[in-house]
Amino acid sequence: MNQTALLVVLLLTLSSLAYHFGRKRAFAVSGGRIRTLHSLPAYYGLYSALWSILPALAVTAIWLAMQDSVITGMVVAALPPDLSGLEPARLNLLLNDIRNLVAGNIVSSQPSADVLAAADRYRSLQGTSGFALFTTALGLAAAGAWFGYSRIRPEYRSRNAVERTVMWVLIGCSTIAILTTVGIVLSVLFESIRFFHAVPVTDFLFGLDWSPQIAIRADQAGSSGAFGAVPLFAGTMLITLIAMVVAVPIGLMSAIYLAEYASARMRSIAKPLLEVLAGIPTVVYGFFAALMVAPFIRDSGALFGLDIASESAMAAGLVMGVMIIPFVSSLSDDVINAVPQSLRDGAYGMGATQSETIRRVIFPAALPGIVGAVLLAVSRAIGETMIVVMAAGLAAKLTANPFEAVTTVTVQIVTLLVGDQEFDSPKTLAAFALGLLLFFVTLVLNVFALYIVRKYREQYE
Amino acid sequence: MEAQASHLMASGGPSHRAVGADLGGGTYDRAHRGTVGEIRVEVPRMRCTKVNVHYGDKHAIHDVSLDVGKNEVLAMIGPSGCGKSTFLRCLNRMNDTVASCRVTGEILLDGKDIMAPEVDVVPLRARVGMVFQKPNPLTFPKSIFENVAFGPRIHGLVQTRAELEEVVVTSLQKANLWEEVKDRLNDPGTGLSGGQQQRLCIARAIAIQPEVILMDEPCSALDPISTAKIEQLIDELRRQFSICIVTHSMQQAARVSQRTAYFHLGDLIEVGDTDQIFVKPQHQLTEDYITGRFG
Amino acid sequence: MSETNFASAEDKMFARVEAGMKRRRAAEKRFQWYGRCAVALGLTFLVVLFVSIVSNGYTAFWQTRVTLDVTLDASVIDPQGSRDPEVLRAADYGGLIKATLRDMFPDVTGRRDRFALYGLISNGAAFDLRDRVLANPQLIGTTVSLSVAADDDVDMLMKGHIDRDGAEADRRIKDNQLGWIDQLQADGRLERVFNLDFFANGDSRDPELAGIRGALMGSVFTLVVTLALSFPLAVAAAVYLEEFAPKNRWTDLIEVNINNLAAVPSIVFGLLGLAVFINFFTLPRSAPLVGGLVLTLMTLPTIIIASRASLKSVPPSIREGALGVGASPMQAVMYHVLPLAMPGMLTGTIIGMAQALGETAPLLMIGMVAFIADVPNGVFDPSTVLPVQIYLWADSPERAYVEKTSAAILVLLLFLATMNAVAVLLRRRFERRW
Ligand SMILES: Nc1ncnc2c1ncn2[C@@H]1O[C@H](COP(=O)(O)OP(=O)(O)O)[C@@H](O)[C@H]1O
Ligand SMILES: [Mg+2]
Repeated sequence: MNQTALLVVLLLTLSSLAYHFGRKRAFAVSGGRIRTLHSLPAYYGLYSALWSILPALAVTAIWLAMQDSVITGMVVAALPPDLSGLEPARLNLLLNDIRNLVAGNIVSSQPSADVLAAADRYRSLQGTSGFALFTTALGLAAAGAWFGYSRIRPEYRSRNAVERTVMWVLIGCSTIAILTTVGIVLSVLFESIRFFHAVPVTDFLFGLDWSPQIAIRADQAGSSGAFGAVPLFAGTMLITLIAMVVAVPIGLMSAIYLAEYASARMRSIAKPLLEVLAGIPTVVYGFFAALMVAPFIRDSGALFGLDIASESAMAAGLVMGVMIIPFVSSLSDDVINAVPQSLRDGAYGMGATQSETIRRVIFPAALPGIVGAVLLAVSRAIGETMIVVMAAGLAAKLTANPFEAVTTVTVQIVTLLVGDQEFDSPKTLAAFALGLLLFFVTLVLNVFALYIVRKYREQYE
Repeated sequence: MEAQASHLMASGGPSHRAVGADLGGGTYDRAHRGTVGEIRVEVPRMRCTKVNVHYGDKHAIHDVSLDVGKNEVLAMIGPSGCGKSTFLRCLNRMNDTVASCRVTGEILLDGKDIMAPEVDVVPLRARVGMVFQKPNPLTFPKSIFENVAFGPRIHGLVQTRAELEEVVVTSLQKANLWEEVKDRLNDPGTGLSGGQQQRLCIARAIAIQPEVILMDEPCSALDPISTAKIEQLIDELRRQFSICIVTHSMQQAARVSQRTAYFHLGDLIEVGDTDQIFVKPQHQLTEDYITGRFG
Repeated sequence: MSETNFASAEDKMFARVEAGMKRRRAAEKRFQWYGRCAVALGLTFLVVLFVSIVSNGYTAFWQTRVTLDVTLDASVIDPQGSRDPEVLRAADYGGLIKATLRDMFPDVTGRRDRFALYGLISNGAAFDLRDRVLANPQLIGTTVSLSVAADDDVDMLMKGHIDRDGAEADRRIKDNQLGWIDQLQADGRLERVFNLDFFANGDSRDPELAGIRGALMGSVFTLVVTLALSFPLAVAAAVYLEEFAPKNRWTDLIEVNINNLAAVPSIVFGLLGLAVFINFFTLPRSAPLVGGLVLTLMTLPTIIIASRASLKSVPPSIREGALGVGASPMQAVMYHVLPLAMPGMLTGTIIGMAQALGETAPLLMIGMVAFIADVPNGVFDPSTVLPVQIYLWADSPERAYVEKTSAAILVLLLFLATMNAVAVLLRRRFERRW
């Protein structure tokens, strides 16, 4: 990896040289009269520099991305047939051993001669590849620099060329958002499809029993119907509901109070303080829920003779609600402020009291926006992970009792993926299926909510 | 009352004309504040004395004293920004809703001070209703019916649904809107035309039987036909209510009002019978405005 | 005639309005109280959160240490007298510490009692002693005074988290241990000092030795990667979308995408990182590089949205002025608009970085949750980050980790507060009213 850094530094050096000489040449071809040049000399320098670095960097990036799989393929091809014919999971383990040997890590078992040979081969291929990459990239850089340099003429529109390139770079950067979405969809979809080969979609969506741990043994995969996600949905909904019951009234009422009643001074103090709640990392809330709130709820329940689980949905939901308060209140604040003054005037002019105006005019007028805000908050609650990982339970249970322990979609994704994973077991793949579901549900909620909010804004513009 | 009236330069006459003349067109001496014409009426519904309004540091209304008579339409005219709306909004304390606004002076409604801090604006506004420049039917409650029913409902003026319906129908009838909307009472108020919306707002205001109705340029956003309808309506309503109307149109003031008040830069310059103001203004500024030299 | 009629109708109406006023004023008061209560509740939660974390965590900045006079017996450390570093390294320093303890408490004889005695001192003491000897082999044969960390249970007792008067069975410090501790204290051998280990050490299975240095460095490396990638990418994307992009389906799609990505649950980004960076590109697990990549994708929308708002706030007159003197649109943006928008972009970036610093869930997916005792030295070393360290400690059963967790939270919150304060200052300083 240090080699890569070295290569990049070399490429950068080459391109700055190209810049320097390009600029000099521009001066030279203009005969000292810069006005005869189409563009400023710096642009000619940049032109050469870009020619020198861009193709070389592109090749380097592609090379590095491909290198591992190509080398692995070659190593596997050269393995003796009894090894290369192994089933994929075992082969992966073997390859891991080989890679570890190459990296100089300690390998668990005594490696066989074949494996050692393969590791040697791997290492030598890596060396060859590295060398080839160095020569190719540096050669390309030099060639590019020369090409750019040789095209420098006074009438050449280097600024336009440079700007075109920059524009393409800008466009490239702006598509990252799309690529990310595509990446998310593809990665979860791909693994989910593999999961649904092992477990039927209907079992997953409508099954009432979730116990992925029993599917550890490959021969048992999916056979017992242990991947029924309904208890997870129910748990997620229960905790989300509790969170909303806390966050919506408090968030909404504090937004209303701060917007309509509070003095400017109070607003300037209370608003930022409430927003601090939004800046606290979720892991902190998780710790708070698990170590303070959950025992508190359990002990207070015990006072009344209630038997409350120490990982009750109540604790996680309460704390999640607190986390979401500022989210609801700042969105509601925007929405309430968008209600035109003329509506308020209309109500006040009729002799409505402030609270009547708020309840009967402002609130109903802002309702679509508030619904949008609440939907966004619900989507936040559904996707929230750390609080539930730390404070909710692990065992799936189909219950509506907030004092029992339930588990959620995000908790299961984390527990299935943290720790040692086998990449082909339904247990791991199930996490991706849950991820797909989570992504899909939150996406629908977000799109819908953002649409409502936008329509609402347009109505009053 | 007399003592107050005496320092208000309350009588019209040639001497004031002379004062107005040496002030000249537009170069108006702030030190010589005062109102020309009769600010008082025999049977006042509202009586304002030395009202001052500040927006933060800005002094928007200076020492305005003025009566609103029973069953009369009082028109307020003047160039833009002279404080007509601000003054109008003092009369039902709508300025309370503007944080930076401070009002001083005395305003009596039926002889009782409405400026006192202990006075609740809610019943006050039930007695002094308001119609705004831009028609603002409530989007919630939406329907035409609910818009008119809003006031009676919040003030608890009706006990039964039948009573409520009666109030709504009567108000719509009084607002000359009934014939046009009787088949679609449940449609949204925002679906009406501008003129209809404004009449809906008037119906909404009269549904609670106020004593005074304040109208801030009620026709400025409307076409001539709708304007004519509203003007006719105002004339009819006068029999039951006192009406203060701010208007940009001198013709409108001349058509609908019995008395006219001319405001200039926060001062009340001249008050008088509408016929007299428009035919024979006494103050130079009034004359300049009416003859269209500015404003 | 009609006059009087109307007047009475008015009076009737007015009487009804007045009649309802009491109820309505009460409703108004009530409504205001709901609002006040809501604000007060929100603020109470904040206060309770902070108070409970501070009160749990502040003691972690102190540590109980025991002073031992250890005789560095040459026959134990270096029987041959070779002074070979390999030999010195392998010597049984734990044995020396135990011997010292036995000498200090000659009455303790039974096997179990001795074991309990040794348990008063941290396992790290032997390493401290080894380092001391390796640094200065001349010490061999002499008696040195060594200040070593006490075991976490002793520390908890000294900090009052273990109730001396509780039933012995429920107590992690037994009665005989209490006696020894009291004796140590009477001898002036127990001291309370600033807990340097907490900032100098990596993670450890022994609470008294565990520190946040490893997690802190992991966070630093991860954030460096995130910053290096997300800032240029976000600025470029924002510049394109705000200044050059035509209004068409494609740019609309990008817009919608950015807004939606900002609301995608963070754990989904973890799944993406796992599937793409680790499984597909076979980047190393647990590495800050991968963490940085994932957090880059996660924070990009935030920074892009902030940067666009900042560009939008630059008035068109600036662009027109530059174009008027013959600059190309690109030059106008690069040399005139961008510098003016930069403070706003930086503010957005800092806020994005604060978000990344506090993020936990996606990093669990890419293996940054492993127990790693070594402090990472680069973006490829396996490491963890501060929030994940908090998660790991919060999961550990020992009482001592509660205070460690709280203290780590305090450190994290301190960083976040600083970053947000810088963002606010930056915004204030460069806020322009055009
Ligand atoms: N809410 C306000 N804050 C500050 N100044 C205001 C406000 N409303 C009106 N003003 C000022 O008060 C003066 C009178 O305004 P206004 O009563 O609206 O005039 P008019 O209705 O006669 O056109 C104007 O100079 C205006 O700028
Ligand atoms: Mg006005």
